This record gives sequence, structure tokens and C-alpha cells, in this order.
Amino acid sequence: MTATASASEARGRPVQVWLLVWTLALAIVLVTFLLQDSLLWAVNYPDSAVVPVADWVSALMRWIKSNLSWLTRSITAVLGVPLDFALNLLAKNFKFGHGADTVILPRLSWVGVCAAAFLAGHAVGRRKLGMLVGGCFLYIALFGQWTSAMLTLALISIAVPFCIVTGLFAGIWAWRKPWAERLIISPALDLMQTIPTFAYLIPMLLLFGNSPVSAMIATAIFATPPMVRATMLGLSRVPSEIDDFSEMAGCTARQKLWRVLLPSARPTLMVGVNQVIMLALNMVIIASMIGAGGLGYDVLLALRALKVGEAMEAGLAIVALAIALDRLSQAIAHNNAKGHVHQETNPVFWRRYPNLTLAIAILVVTTLLGLFVPAFAAVPKAITFTTAPLWKAAVNWVTINFFDVIEAFRVALILNVLNPVRAFCEGFPWLGAVFLLGLAGYQLSGLRLAALVAGLTAFCAVTGLWEKTMATVYLCGISAFIACLIGIPIGLMASRSDRLEKIVTPVIDTLQVLPSFCFIIPVVMLFRVGDVTAMIATVAFAVVPAIRYTNHGIRQVPPALIEAAKVSGCTPSQTFFRVQLPLALPEIMLGVNQTILMALAMIIICAMVGTRDLGQEVFIALSKADSGRGIVAGLAIAFIGIVADRLFNAWTAKARARLG
Amino acid sequence: MTDRTEQGADAAGTPKDARPIKLACRNVWKLFGSNAANFIRERDGKASMAEVAAAGLVGAVRAVDLEIRQGEIFIIMGLSGSGKSTLVRCMSRLVEPTHGKVEFEGKDLLKISDAALIELRRHRMGMVFQNFALLPHLNVLENIAFPLSIQGQDRPTREARAREVIDLVGLRGREQFYPRELSGGQQQRVGIARSLATKPEIWFLDEPFSALDPLIRREMQDELMRLQTMLHKTIVFITHDFDEAIRLADRIAIMKDGEVIQIGTPEELVVDPATDYVAEFTRDVDRAKVISARGLMRACDGSDHGGTVAPDAKIASFSASIVAAGKPFAVVNGTGKPIGEVTPQAVIDLLAGIDRSGAGA
Repeated sequence: MTATASASEARGRPVQVWLLVWTLALAIVLVTFLLQDSLLWAVNYPDSAVVPVADWVSALMRWIKSNLSWLTRSITAVLGVPLDFALNLLAKNFKFGHGADTVILPRLSWVGVCAAAFLAGHAVGRRKLGMLVGGCFLYIALFGQWTSAMLTLALISIAVPFCIVTGLFAGIWAWRKPWAERLIISPALDLMQTIPTFAYLIPMLLLFGNSPVSAMIATAIFATPPMVRATMLGLSRVPSEIDDFSEMAGCTARQKLWRVLLPSARPTLMVGVNQVIMLALNMVIIASMIGAGGLGYDVLLALRALKVGEAMEAGLAIVALAIALDRLSQAIAHNNAKGHVHQETNPVFWRRYPNLTLAIAILVVTTLLGLFVPAFAAVPKAITFTTAPLWKAAVNWVTINFFDVIEAFRVALILNVLNPVRAFCEGFPWLGAVFLLGLAGYQLSGLRLAALVAGLTAFCAVTGLWEKTMATVYLCGISAFIACLIGIPIGLMASRSDRLEKIVTPVIDTLQVLPSFCFIIPVVMLFRVGDVTAMIATVAFAVVPAIRYTNHGIRQVPPALIEAAKVSGCTPSQTFFRVQLPLALPEIMLGVNQTILMALAMIIICAMVGTRDLGQEVFIALSKADSGRGIVAGLAIAFIGIVADRLFNAWTAKARARLG
Repeated sequence: MTDRTEQGADAAGTPKDARPIKLACRNVWKLFGSNAANFIRERDGKASMAEVAAAGLVGAVRAVDLEIRQGEIFIIMGLSGSGKSTLVRCMSRLVEPTHGKVEFEGKDLLKISDAALIELRRHRMGMVFQNFALLPHLNVLENIAFPLSIQGQDRPTREARAREVIDLVGLRGREQFYPRELSGGQQQRVGIARSLATKPEIWFLDEPFSALDPLIRREMQDELMRLQTMLHKTIVFITHDFDEAIRLADRIAIMKDGEVIQIGTPEELVVDPATDYVAEFTRDVDRAKVISARGLMRACDGSDHGGTVAPDAKIASFSASIVAAGKPFAVVNGTGKPIGEVTPQAVIDLLAGIDRSGAGA
């Protein structure tokens, strides 16, 4: 209703006109829905008219594969060199020569790596961070996940610099050339961030085979967008005076960029680096399906065999790795944002960098010791322990004792909520959806948005994926709805109590860094496979932005306005409902938007637990290496995300403009 | 406008300034909006405010003519949105003017090549910014040496020069500090030192003290005057603070809505404001500190003189002694020849704010 009102103000049409239009539109769609038998072509997209986009894509991929194999092979060879080095250094061992004269140089000792992790934390965030980071690595070692975790880390350590460099240059280009930003970079970023992770894997699998290299390329592509955005943002945020200064100092364009603007933008760039690392970790886990190996592969194998204990253990190792990497890179970003502090510089290297020197020394010594003392080379079995049986026992206990309750809950949810909504969504006429979404786009922003929204929606139908699209929309919609239902109240409460905020913040910070895979494991243990599992995992994954943005939105209402409300005699609840909430609404809606996008991303990954939607389509295509089918389904998912995102953004922009 | 002030200058009896013109604006326009360049070219560089508005353009700087002479402190004063910042950016070509000429030593700045402009900025122009514009990742020494490093000077040379200017602005001992560790006043000292490191001939100061506390601002103004007595730069100083302008200026240009309304010495502005807008600024000024003996001088009527003063001496500097003496003071020029006299009554009238017509210029 608010949207209708604001739209009419902007367009100078009375509210009644839009009300009438919407009533009419809904009536038409309802009629179509009721008359589905006679108007079948408007409900289900006719099979005969399906455009075989998937076939075209497949043909294109086949052509690339057969004609450009020299290129893909050389890329594999070039990227393989640093990757092999990192893999050997951290996880495997260096092997030179063959057969009898094989010389083996050992990988870095786990003791040394743990110590180096501690020192890195210590260097950027004092002892507390050192303990946390070192502790996470020690945890990984003691729980017997060392080699897998180091495989994962090796992939990340090669993919991340690649992302940073690519992202930096793409960002600079977009910042320099507005047309490039508008026509190439922005749409590409939108697409890259909404295409589900699975869909990235298919072309990589096809072009580069089932290998760590193709996993690394997929990771690098997936994790680059935040760096591009951070670069653009950072450069545009450099104060104009600094820009003027560089001109007045007589900088050439290159000097200006590299010596003034980029260093000044460093705090923002570091935030981008943190996001790149976290996305890379997330993707490396998922890319285990195409040969990344490592922790993700362990989870995948365990899940397939329904070994919940093992899955949980590998999952927790991912969590430990994620927390260590996140806190470390965040501390670096934070230090950068705070700015530099002078200190005595010492010409002697080891005095100037005591932590670095110590870390290198420990790594070298422990690794050399590893040659003679096996305990340094590999984590001795004697000191590792496993919690897998414990988890298994716990799950068994829960299943035995609470089976009926859980099952009743599950069945009730399926029968009373999921199935009816699903039936409604899948029966929804495609033409009606195109029409209604287009109308919403027109009302919110105008013809361009209407055409975009309607066109993208029509794509899903025209490619013959309408039913699966709606299955995705239904599951994603329900999950996002529940996530908002849980998240917004928590955010509201947190915004009104500093104590609650102190509790909530670390929890959502941690939830946010966990790779999406990790959410599935505990839910699968209790609810087995199916839509309910997918829904619960998605809610847990997508609840974070709803909480965060709501809390932030309420808290950023200017104190002067609240004081003004108090002085005019508002009761606390009046202040809240009539001042804070309306002013925070755009921000809250932004959170809802984020929640929807995250829910969409998660729903797709939940294909692993047996949903029947577009995600499953991609998943099947992945296992069959059917590039056309996978990419088209992936695009359809991306388009759902883009449609939701654009409509929400248009609405938020409008509400913002109204609030001033 | 310019004609009027020039005449005013003659009437006030200021000797014509013989110093060469360093920088001049000739009918400089900066218009924002589509097709602004054509608009002003078609009108041959002439347009009224109403015409500009009717064309849907925003006139940030309109028809500005001014000449800045070597070694003078030229202040551009105006309230926010008056176009003073845009004007100074037109002068340094940080902003490309829509129309007109900016002449640096008689050469049109707008016609020179990018390479020549870079050379010019590297060696002959310096600029100080309102919010200091220090590079956060460099320490004081590196910040100050930065413009030299851009020119390709080697480390020992540029650091030696940087240390010279650090001493000049009194920052010795802070070389290794980073900007965020310094107070606002200290940061601006770094900004000043940095702009002086290249030994510029013309020095742009864009509201350099506006972000500082009043007491620090005062201190920095004194510091600027101290530096100027040593360095004799040509200074273009932007401010929105009329008191600051009066304190520092050789000449002031007052801007409103993108136009220069009046250019003159502080005394001329106070004594003879061109418009009510200018008069509004000058109303609360302590006139005794602005008006000189020349401004209150009348022809000698043969009475006794209680002392002598130079024509440029401000009234405030001798008001106490003239009132105590109770006799007129002779105004003498450089050769000691009397050119008129100032009566105690005229000084008392000025201090009391009584305006007897004919008492002023």
C-alpha cells in the first residue's frame, strides 16, 4: 500500500487509479488460474514453443571444447604450476624424479604452520587473536583434518591473489570508464553474484576437467566480484581534495592512481579482500565436486554415505578454518581503517619484523625436524581424537527418543504449509506472473524496469523451466519469509537493548562466515533429506541480513529525531512505531532483499538434500556434465534473483527519496 | 565592477601598484549544465543571471575579471555557494572554465598542453586544502617529500628539502608521525610545508584554516604572515571569514552568486562598500584597525602638529597617542614631507562610530 501511495505521488496519479489497475490485474490472473483447463497455454508454457536455448549452449560449449582445447590446456598448465607448488608446500610433499631416485622434500610441518598462524594473529591483533587463530589451526590438526584443510587452504591461497589482482584492475577500469561500468562490469557483477555456485562448476568441468585447477578457476571467478566492487567504491570515496592535491602536485595519471588514490582507498580495499577470502573458502568447499578435494570433499563423501559424524567433523574443521581466516583478514582491514601509527624503524630486518622472522624460523626448523622426527611431519595418530562416534551417538539418541516428535513436525509442515504453497506456485500461470511482475516494475520505476523484469521472467518460461522455476520460488519464498519472521523481530529487539546486541552480534558474525555447506549437515542429521531440511538450512543461512539490517536501520535513526519525538510527548511505543520504524524501513527492506538473495543461493545448494527445483536441475546437469541444461537452469536462477533484487531496490530507492 | 573599484583605488590615493601581474582572470565563466559552452559562446561571453537560469544552467562562476600581482596576498571571500572554490579551481585548472582566459604571467593557462600543465604545477604552483588532503599512508616526512618524489627526485635530495620546510613550519621531531596522530593545526602545518616544498611562485590556499578551532586559526594566521614576510609568495587565499580576510589581505575580492562584486583593499571595502551586501560584511569591522592615516587625512590648516605618522599607518596604531596629545598629527610621506594631517576629533569620531559626512574618503 505504501508503495502504491508513493508511486502515485511521484507519477502524479491518484492512488485510486493504481488500486483499480491492481484489482483488475489480479482479477484477470485469478480468472486465468481458475480456468486453467481451457487456458492451458497461459498456465503451462506449451512444450512445442520451448526455445532450445540449452541445446544452443551445449553446442557452443562443444565447439569451444573441440576448437579451443589448446587454450584450455595451456591455461591448465600455467595455473597448475603455482597451484601444485602450494599444494605440495602445504598438504602433499614435493617429489622430484621417479622410481628409486625419488627425492622427497617434506611439506611444511603442522607444528610450524600452527605457530605461524598464532604469530600472524599476534602481529595484527595481539595475543587474543593469536590464540584464536592458532587455536583454530591446532583444532584442525588435533581432529585429524590437517591434510584436507591444507589442501583447501592451498587452493584459497592461490585463488585469492588472482581474485585481488583481477578485481583491482576490473574495478579501476570501471571507475575510469563510466560506460564500461554501466554496460559491462555492473551487469556482469550482478549476474556473477546471482548465478548459483553449482552453475559455475559445469563449464569449468567441461573445459578444464575434474581437477584442482578447474576448481581453482571456478573459485577465482566466483570470488572476484566483491574486489571489483570494493575497488570501485574505494576509489570513488577518496576525498575530492586528495584528488585535487594529486593534480596540483603534478602527478601523471598513473602516479595519481597508484601512489595517491589506491593507497588512500586501502581500508575499503581490505574489506574487499576479506570478502574475497570468505567467498573463496565457500566456493572451494563446493568446488570439491569438480576435484578440489580437501574438506569439502570429505563433507560431500560423508553426506553421500549419510555418515553424519564424519560430515559434522569435517564441517566443523571448515568452520574453524573460516573463523581463523575471517578474523585474521578482518583484523588487518580494521588496522588499515584505523590508520598508521609511527614507530621506531630499525634497519635490521629481524628487529623490524620480529613476528615474520620468528614465523619463518619456526617453519624452517620444524619442517627440517620433520625429516627426522615423524611427529613433526604429520600429526601423530596418538594425539588426534575424533568426535564422529559422539555425534553419531547423539543423533541416534535424538532419533530414537524424539523420532515421533520430529517426524510429526516434519509431516505437519509438509502437509499443511509446504505442499499447498507448492501446488499454488507450480500452478501459477506463467503469463500472469510475467504480467504482474511487469506491472510492479512499471509502477516502481517505469518502462525500462518493467521490460527487464518481464523479459527475465519470460526467459524462465520460454526455456521450458517454468514449473521448476516456480518450485524454486516457492521454497525460496517460504524460507525467506520465515527467515524474516524470525530475523526482523530479533533485529528489533537487539536495536532496543545493548545487552542483547552484544549477544546477537558475535552469533550472526559467525553464522555469516560459515560456508553454506555447513548449514546442511546438522539439519540433515535430524530431518533427513527433503524440502523441510532444505527450508530449515536455508532459514538458518538467510536469517543474518534480516537481523543485521533491522538492527542497524533502527539504530541509525538520528538521535535528534528521537529527542524531538520525546519532547513532543511521544510514548516509547509511539516513538518506536511512528518515528523509528518508518525511518528504518528502507534499510530493513534492504535486509529483506539480502535475505531473499541468500535464501536463493542456499536453496540451490540444498539440491544435495533432494529438492525438486532448478537447483536439482543444475545438480543433475553437473553429474551428467550437460553444460546447456546446467547453464540455462543457472541463468534462470540468476534471473529470479535479479528480478527480486531490482524490484526491491526500486521500491527502497523510492521510499528513500520520499524520506529525503 | 572592476572599473569602479579601480577608480575607487585612485580616489583613495593609493599609489598604482607597479608589481607585475602574476595571474589574471579575463571574463572567466564556469557554467554547469548541458551545452553550457555553446550557450556562453553564442552570447559572446555575456549573459545575465536570468538568462543563465532560463537556459537551465547553473552559473558557478560568472564573468570574473581580476588581476593578481606578484607578491600580494589576494583574498577571495564569499559565503558558501558563492563560487569562490570553483573560481580558485578554475585558476589552477583543476576545473576547466567554460569560457574566458586564465593568464599565468600573460600566457593563457587554458591553452597549454597537459604536459606543460603538469610541469607548471610541479614547480610553480602550490596548494593548501581545507581538510588538509594529507595522504593517510605516508608519515609527515614522506607526505612533505611526496610532490618532490613525484618529480623523480632521489630520496636524499627530497628528504633534505622536506626537512628544511619541516623546520620552517616548526614540525621538527614529528617527521615519523602519521597524519592521524597529529592535531588539526599540526596537520595543516604539514599541508603548508608540503605545498612549499616545491618552492612554488603562486600559492593557492583554499580555506586553509576553516576546519580549525578559533584559537588555532588565529595562531595559523600569524604563522602565515610570518612565512609570507620571509617568502614573498603570490598568494590566492580563499575564505568565508571576513575578519580573516581583513587580517591577512592586501586586496580582497568579494564574491556572491558566482560574481565578483567588489575588489579592493580592506580599507576601500570598509570605507566605500560597493553594495549593501558588502556593507553588511564591513559593518562590524573594527574600523580603526583597517582605516589608515591617509583615509582620515585632510589638508593641513596650519595648526600645530603633535607628531607625525606614515600615510599607511592604521588609526589604531596611533589613536591613543593622538588623543593624549590633543593636537593633529602630520601625515608625512617617505621623504618626510607633510601631505596632510589627522585631527584628534576625526580619530575620536571614527572610534565612536560617528559618521560626519566628508570625514571618510
